[in-house]
Amino acid sequence: MADLVSHPDEVRVVSKRFGKGATNIDRYIELDGYKAVRKALTMEPDAIINEVKNSGLRGRGGAGFSTGLKWSFVPKQASKPKYILCNGDESEPGTCKDRLIFEHDPHAVIEGVMIAALAVGATKGYIYIRGEYRYLSEIMQKAIADVYAKGFAGKNIFGSGKDLDIYWHGGAGAYEVGEESALMESLEGKRGIPRIRPPFPAVVGLWGGPTVINNAETLASVPHILLGGAEWYANLGPPKNGGTRLFCLAGDLEKPGVYELPMGYNLKKMIYEVGGGIPNGRKLKAVVPGGSSTPILLPEEIDVAMDFDSVAKTGSMLGSGGVVVLDDTVCMVKFALRTIKFYQHESCGWCIPCREGTDWLKKTLIRFHNGAGLKKDIDNMYYLSENMLGRTFCPLGDAAAMPMMAFVKKFRKEFEDHLDGKPCPYEKASEEINRELAVL
Amino acid sequence: MRFSDQFEKRFAEMLTHYPTKRSVLVPTLLYAQDEAGFLSDEVIAEIAQRLELTELDVNNVISYYSMLTTKPRGKYNVQVCTNIACMLRGGEELLEQCKDRLGIGHKGTTSDGLFSLEEVECIGACSWAPAIQVNYDFHENLDERKMDAVLDSYRKKAI
Repeated sequence: MADLVSHPDEVRVVSKRFGKGATNIDRYIELDGYKAVRKALTMEPDAIINEVKNSGLRGRGGAGFSTGLKWSFVPKQASKPKYILCNGDESEPGTCKDRLIFEHDPHAVIEGVMIAALAVGATKGYIYIRGEYRYLSEIMQKAIADVYAKGFAGKNIFGSGKDLDIYWHGGAGAYEVGEESALMESLEGKRGIPRIRPPFPAVVGLWGGPTVINNAETLASVPHILLGGAEWYANLGPPKNGGTRLFCLAGDLEKPGVYELPMGYNLKKMIYEVGGGIPNGRKLKAVVPGGSSTPILLPEEIDVAMDFDSVAKTGSMLGSGGVVVLDDTVCMVKFALRTIKFYQHESCGWCIPCREGTDWLKKTLIRFHNGAGLKKDIDNMYYLSENMLGRTFCPLGDAAAMPMMAFVKKFRKEFEDHLDGKPCPYEKASEEINRELAVL
Repeated sequence: MRFSDQFEKRFAEMLTHYPTKRSVLVPTLLYAQDEAGFLSDEVIAEIAQRLELTELDVNNVISYYSMLTTKPRGKYNVQVCTNIACMLRGGEELLEQCKDRLGIGHKGTTSDGLFSLEEVECIGACSWAPAIQVNYDFHENLDERKMDAVLDSYRKKAI
């Protein structure tokens, strides 16, 4: 359904089968599908984990933790069943990549779950897909049924003597559920409220059993690593940042779309060459590099390699691959307000710094944007965010605080320009203000 | 309370997927809502009883998930995303257009019960913004003209 795009700089690994009819299991097999899991069945679990470790694959959900290392934390012996949980609750604003994987290559996710299960000794895997993606849940249900029909899942998979069940699961609208412990709560039929850690899910997860939770793109990368080898995959990107990544280019761009580029691809090039630059002769104002929770970058900061470590050096994060580009007509106060409004809406309310902090920020920003801001609000918003940081149960509080601090730090003048009830000096925002004032 | 055969088949199958009955709750609520239109007291009581939960437990879960509703909606629920990527490409203008054309506000329903409107958070269509969902169907790369055409197509569908 969603349009596909292409660019000569793309390196197609995860998106290799996009647009090739691979939702059909026979077609998937024709395109090298289920070869990697057959290979995994001949390998020792530790050898699979080492292969993934050496590939430099890091979590594509946003945190960027080494996938192989995560798998290695699962105890060899456990009194409770072990589980694999695929996180397909894609909801970070700016991010729309898992959607394409589920739409075009659902079997790659299933195969990734299978390999992860073989690596850690799990016998059940769940693929959680957000509720809004109903058509993708249907594609996945069909794909899983096909896998069972072939004897690839269930008892004695591929005639190996091993049992492995694969199930789908659906959400019902909640960003917070994309956080791993909240995801488990949701799968257990509860409100998606995060769990305190330790214990970590690798030790105590779903129904108390050791659980590996990986993003859909991460799992879909795993079969390619097993077939192509760790060295090949690692060499696609810079050191410690193996492979490729689906970058979702969005916002004020000529050619938005989801492009698969090597890790470490230059952000400036990504915007001006891959994304076709800024339309209507406008200038670049700022870029959100990896989903709305990542601190915004100024034009002078975008000559950066898009890998986890390089982006971290700019004080931001590579995040979930959602690159949102802003042209010079955008009012940053309004942009901050929209960003915070989201986190306030999605805060589960379980812990106070996040629940109260996001609400305060939103209220202050609304007042500010309506021309009733006070000079001290600017520092207060920064101070409040600083105090939310690292003081919440889960990273949702940080996800609101980090970009907010960057907005104030990098665009203080724009906040000041809104003082003393002056009308918003930024083009796009002025209509909005008039509308909001009319309501009040 | 009667659900479709498809619902019952899926429900029975899902119960075999998990070690606890409760685990089927979230997707089951959404599928039940799709059939009943909203989660009425009757639906809630039925699901609570099937899963050996209290109605309070079920209500607690419902109130957490933004897609679940205990109030009736229009036949076509128009969900307009205004989050950052859509905002930059005219999502807020689309929302205003819908309010104007349908004569209702956020979470309102038209008097003929055909449409309801909701401003929603990111629906995962950022690279194809601005985008909306009508029930579960995505409509992407919209502008004023296309938005009108989308609304018209649902009006025609209803006849």
